[in-house]
Amino acid sequence: MNLYLLAPEISLCALAIVVILLDLFIGRKWILGVVAVAGLIVPAAFTLALWGVNETSFNGMLVVDQFSLFFKLFFLVIAALVILSSTDYSFKFSAFRGEYYALVLLSAMGMMLMASTRELISIYIAVELTGISLYVLAGFLKDPKSSEAGLKYLLLGAVASAVLLYGMAMVFGLSGTTHLNEIAASIPAGGLLANPALLMGIVLLVAGFGFKIAAVPFQMWVPDVYEGAPTPITAYLSVASKAAGFAVILRVFYEALGPLSLDWGIIFAVLAAITMTLGNVVAIAQTNIKRMLAYSSIAHAGYLMMGLAAVSTLDPGALGPSGPGALVFFLAAYALTNLGAFIAIIAISNKIDSDEISDYSGMARRAPILSLALLFCLISLIGIPPTAGFIAKIYIFTAAVDYGLIWLVIIAVINTVISAYYYLRVARVMYLGTPLSEERVPSSWALRAALAFACLGVLFLGLYPWALLRIAETAVSIFP
Amino acid sequence: MVVGLEHFLILSAILFSIGLYGALAKRNAVVILMSIEIMLNAVNISMVAFWRYIAPALMTGQVFVIFIMVVAAAEVAVGLAIIIAIYRSRETVDAEQIDLMKW
Repeated sequence: MNLYLLAPEISLCALAIVVILLDLFIGRKWILGVVAVAGLIVPAAFTLALWGVNETSFNGMLVVDQFSLFFKLFFLVIAALVILSSTDYSFKFSAFRGEYYALVLLSAMGMMLMASTRELISIYIAVELTGISLYVLAGFLKDPKSSEAGLKYLLLGAVASAVLLYGMAMVFGLSGTTHLNEIAASIPAGGLLANPALLMGIVLLVAGFGFKIAAVPFQMWVPDVYEGAPTPITAYLSVASKAAGFAVILRVFYEALGPLSLDWGIIFAVLAAITMTLGNVVAIAQTNIKRMLAYSSIAHAGYLMMGLAAVSTLDPGALGPSGPGALVFFLAAYALTNLGAFIAIIAISNKIDSDEISDYSGMARRAPILSLALLFCLISLIGIPPTAGFIAKIYIFTAAVDYGLIWLVIIAVINTVISAYYYLRVARVMYLGTPLSEERVPSSWALRAALAFACLGVLFLGLYPWALLRIAETAVSIFP
Repeated sequence: MVVGLEHFLILSAILFSIGLYGALAKRNAVVILMSIEIMLNAVNISMVAFWRYIAPALMTGQVFVIFIMVVAAAEVAVGLAIIIAIYRSRETVDAEQIDLMKW
């Protein structure tokens, strides 16, 4: 038992407790946000100090390798950006800032554990630690919409985790163990059709995890929760919760169910096609920008699942990235892009007190820099160079082509064209519409710093993607 | 009649289906929460049965069940708190009337 391997999580948990305790004694609440962001340096430093370590501890429940360390750093950066962007929003729950920051930190801890465990019990605990914190955060505002979002998220999330558990029980019953590598060793030969119980277990696992990543047909909570939840939490859900879901899917399906990859690869390919098509088509009809980005997030879950469908490259001489490597790169690019878009929306919506796209009319004259940043992020979401979204799409399409999923890539390209319509509609309203008033849109320094980081990151990854791609490929190289 | 593993698994499947039906078809939010509890307890039954018949030497199955019960209690606590928050503002816990947002 090596507690040092758990140092990032322990220090993050301690930070959350410090924030709650400080909340009791401090009158000037803005200090809490500063402490929460500055304190994130400690777990990040521990993660970097562990970089390169490849060990397991706690009877194989905790694993520290390149994959888990990459995702730990990823979640810490996202948590920092979300807390920074919350400073302009926190006046809506001024008395409860301590709890808010602490819950953001605790759910980040759950996500870090989700990426760094290879055992079913601890996967379940990590999923629930993330989930329960996020249920509370989604219902954090006092208005009825936020409570409704919290209730819908909780009820559907609880059903999804019951389904996930039933799948885990099936897998446990077939293999007699909860360790992923031992499960892989006990999978009977003959494929899925010869083992109906295993097929049922896998379908239930896909359903349970599909809820986390917002894949069709488990996406019905997404639009309502994204619309009702506080906007920084919507941003957090759309990038961090989805990334944690993909991390745990990669871990479970490659390590425990690797011998059956041909079977579940085709499940994910079909789900990917349905998910991206439904997300993009329904997004066209939306008038609320948070709801539109919710459907865009469903569509992106579809693109991301292409990386799961492209299990491995058939041609060993292929130059493109592997499916999981492209998936991890796409997650990073999507996280920066979507956070940038949501941060701009937080600032604009605070001023105009509305999320309707029509109210963004003429915003380019009232908030030139915020509008430019939002436009840049929307361009990246479509996948136009020189942005991270373009490179990420190229990589994931290449991986799918290398694996022979030409039909899926054709569907994805058609979807990309459809998506350009509704993203550019927002740009048209902002740049060509007449302003509803002449008042400027204010924003705090913290929010501007977070927005600048996200946009520069998107631009950097669009121009120089190789460094991150190499890190992503190293991270997924642990999978057999 | 000897009671074997399959009897427990059939019981568990029936309970899980009842719970899933309740969670999807009932309108009262508290009843939906209760139905979810039935689903989780159905999982507990099959988990314990698998432990007893497949891997009795390891404690894993029992430990898993204890964790599920603890987490379910936490989930219900949060769920009831959110339901109370909704009741205060809307004076209803009917899931069909909690419909401010619809596509």
